[in-house]
Amino acid sequence: MAHAPRTHRLSTPVSPGALAELAIGDIVYLDGVIYTGREGLYRRMVDEGMVPPVDLRALSNVNFHCSPAASVAEDGSLNLGAVTATASFRFSRFMERFFELSGAKVIVGKGGMSEADYRDLFVPNGAVYLTTVGYGTGALLGRGVTRVQAAHWLEDLGIAQAVWVLEVSRFGPLLVESDLAGNSLFERENRATAEAVERAYAGLKPPSLSRYGETVSRGDEVL
Amino acid sequence: MSEIARDLLHEAASEIMARAAIEIPRDYRDGIRGMLGQEQHELSRFVLEAMLENWEAAEADRRAMCADTGVPRFYVKAGNEARPEGGFVALEEAVRAATAEATRSVPLRPNRVHPLWRTDHDNNVGINAPEIEYSFEPDADWIELTTVHKGGLFGTDYRMLFPADGMDGIKRFFLDTLVQFGRRGLACQPAIVGIGLGGSKDTSMTLGKQAACLRPVGEPNPDPGIAKLEAELKELGNNIGMGPMGFVGSSMVIDCHVEVGYTHTGGMPMSVHCFCLSSRRATARVHAGGEVEYRSDPRWFTPYMRRETVGWPTRLARTA
Ligand code: SF4
Repeated sequence: MAHAPRTHRLSTPVSPGALAELAIGDIVYLDGVIYTGREGLYRRMVDEGMVPPVDLRALSNVNFHCSPAASVAEDGSLNLGAVTATASFRFSRFMERFFELSGAKVIVGKGGMSEADYRDLFVPNGAVYLTTVGYGTGALLGRGVTRVQAAHWLEDLGIAQAVWVLEVSRFGPLLVESDLAGNSLFERENRATAEAVERAYAGLKPPSLSRYGETVSRGDEVL
Repeated sequence: MSEIARDLLHEAASEIMARAAIEIPRDYRDGIRGMLGQEQHELSRFVLEAMLENWEAAEADRRAMCADTGVPRFYVKAGNEARPEGGFVALEEAVRAATAEATRSVPLRPNRVHPLWRTDHDNNVGINAPEIEYSFEPDADWIELTTVHKGGLFGTDYRMLFPADGMDGIKRFFLDTLVQFGRRGLACQPAIVGIGLGGSKDTSMTLGKQAACLRPVGEPNPDPGIAKLEAELKELGNNIGMGPMGFVGSSMVIDCHVEVGYTHTGGMPMSVHCFCLSSRRATARVHAGGEVEYRSDPRWFTPYMRRETVGWPTRLARTA
């Protein structure tokens, strides 16, 4: 049975001791510095061996899968509005090398990753996954950003893919999706809903024309 | 007959871009409050409460409610007597300019890129972007501009069903779409689920999307048979034991809207669309006299839009 969720405020860099306290379903708010990074950053670091213009390891151990709603004024000043995470599942292939290169211990994103990813990539690196909520809580998260320190690689990667370094205070709410043991909140909830989903389909006859991929064998026709 | 000033249309387009991005429509917010009253599960409740707080923060800070801009688009309803200054080409120019300006001023995340080259003008404008769709209204001299910023990636599907599949087929495909995108909350539910039934493939997609994005929560289809189907589907969707983010719960479908079009006698195309926790829409009615009224209900599906007669005397229609 799930325990009653607790609320944590974590300061960056988040310590191994603080990470050990987290259980799936707990609520988290962050204080300190976090940086955004998604395929733009990962491709450059992992595939192309480029070194980011800022030492990520020294900066923070929290990486946020995010593209902010932001604009750059003529004078170069940065205007940041809402902040929303982007779906994380597609970054799986970069994570192993990225953990090594960046020393990240906390990934903040949307939708989580697979239990296999937690087991193979997160647990060995002592890392956890925190999911944003909703997922439309862009205004709340935007409020949690107190200052934009920098937007690196803005010229080359554009607003969405640039590495935004954000000073944050009570940044959240976030939910613990995976803990240090690799448990997953989403997978737990998927298992809990599976039976009711089956019940909803009971008695509904399948459509006369199947779709390719719905049949088990590739030799089957859809009719 | 007086023309509707180009500047006025431009101003109205800019205003609705900002309103849509920042202010959650009241019907949607009230619907979520209602769902919170029903929801028994703690995690699902937590998400709904966070969303209510988020919309308050967005309005207080004049900040976009979600940083994912979705794909901003426009629906134009023109009165048959309306004459925009410079014609509809000028109106389209104004709408494109307003999109680019709002991207910078709100700010909105530049979301629109070329599908192959990923070219990004950082302003949500490009080839076929924003889309502009039209409808007309008899005996009116105003122009209504509606913008919708619908989340773009998950929660939509299309399938060709056949008459023999009947209600079972409709319900199954409805469930398929909700479950596949409801897990982990990819559809950012609770959603206004729009369903397009009939027409041809593209019509079914267009109608379903309009049903999701252009009808307010709580407004049933005027056809009692369709309204009954809407209520049944809503009930079904809220009984798969899944709530926001795919957590255990009962808050999946805030409302279900079905729109239909006459279709091929042998088929029943169906599309399903989820309008998400950031159900962003705003409308301006711009009158020839210069007044502008703003609202969040697009009133897109007028009796004229849904007209069902052939328009001339005929023998009694046959129904199956
Ligand atoms: S689906 Fe809606 S709420 Fe979710 S991220 Fe996209 S725009 Fe935001």
